[in-house]
Amino acid sequence: MNRETILHSLYFVLYLLAQVMLFRQLVLFDTAFCFLYVAFILLLPIETNPIILMFTGFLLGFFIDIFYDSLGLHALSLVLVAYLRNYWLATITPQGGYDAGQGPTLAVNGLQWFMVYSIPLVFVHHAVLFFAEAGGFGIFWFTMSKVMTSLLFTMTVILLFQYFSFRRRR
Amino acid sequence: MLRLLNFLYYYRAFLTFLFLEVLCAWLWVENSQYQNTKFFNSANSFAAAVIGFSERTRQYFSLAEVNRELAEENAGLRTLVEQLAQGGDLRHTLDTVLRFDYVSARVVNNTVAQFKNHITINRGSSAGLEPGMAVVSTAGAVGKVKSVSEHFAVVTSLLNTDEQVSSVLKRTGNFGTAQWDGTDPRMVNLLYIPRHVQPQPGDTVVTSGYNAVFPEGVLVGIVREVDLKKEAQFFDIRVELAQDFRRLAYVKVIKSLLKQEQDSLEQVTYGER
Repeated sequence: MNRETILHSLYFVLYLLAQVMLFRQLVLFDTAFCFLYVAFILLLPIETNPIILMFTGFLLGFFIDIFYDSLGLHALSLVLVAYLRNYWLATITPQGGYDAGQGPTLAVNGLQWFMVYSIPLVFVHHAVLFFAEAGGFGIFWFTMSKVMTSLLFTMTVILLFQYFSFRRRR
Repeated sequence: MLRLLNFLYYYRAFLTFLFLEVLCAWLWVENSQYQNTKFFNSANSFAAAVIGFSERTRQYFSLAEVNRELAEENAGLRTLVEQLAQGGDLRHTLDTVLRFDYVSARVVNNTVAQFKNHITINRGSSAGLEPGMAVVSTAGAVGKVKSVSEHFAVVTSLLNTDEQVSSVLKRTGNFGTAQWDGTDPRMVNLLYIPRHVQPQPGDTVVTSGYNAVFPEGVLVGIVREVDLKKEAQFFDIRVELAQDFRRLAYVKVIKSLLKQEQDSLEQVTYGER
């Protein structure tokens, strides 16, 4: 157990508690959810082993599911994000590559890169989550509106948190 | 053999991914279908305690509304007591047995915006709750108990796209099924009301006696919109729920004292179904 691992385990617990105690209650207009916990998987260090990434995703999703009474649902979407994450990171490598030991954060790589990185992954997460929950494409446009409004809400909160931690590190 | 191992090693990430996704999908399907997920839900005492903490803070703000509802119910009960005291229908009470027992519970967790909403309440097996029992509020039907732990229970809300309640249009006496479509948390659909019936906005919808869960005559809601497509066999009926699920604070769980007797009689008559 090195320092990094302990720090991320702490983040794991913090994201979990924040999600189930605070953000679970925040549902705007009955359609916009905030699933901030996705940011935990997004912000793990770039060189994290994909298998560890997926198991962490599964574990976090599983705990979230216990509180949402939807066993398997959040875990399913989060494992998918964890799987896609490293491929997506490889695809959008900035010129000169990533700095060793750095997380894929806004502070290191800038706003534009961070948006390109996070929006598609959060979108995939929300889309899989809501369509799996709805049990298909039966009410497509309603479900889609939930996906889009939640995407907006989640991204706003993720960006806010990024700016707060950005200031501290400088 | 070595080739196989090489293959497995090369695709280890993808195979792990497949394994985890299949596991999750299995959990999800299993969880939506059956009533007996015992531990991994918000009824386990740790999860319920954490949720209860944040929910208590939130509930503080709806206290006035809850108070008003309880006062109204109180008034209603007083009227009933008065009627009974004035010599009411004595014969009626004499030749019936006590069929239902009520357990009052506080809502510690409730969602309305998901497609499959659940409610967690603070009574469990220690208060005699069992999966399958009906849950009502002062206003109307709420749902049915899905799983219980010692001190908590998870209730499948009427706002769950899997939940179907056998209901009856009170005025015409026609049977239908109330089911939520996943969109508006104030409205459910009443399905399978055939063409020849004339439902009208304002009609009352109550649970039917064919119901395995609810007692007969529990209020479900009021018909708001009635639509009949040209070639359709059944009406499209939108029913406004009697209980506003966003304001749910206290519920009653109905213990059917004669359910076992009815079930065992039916089993002897029809055999295992």
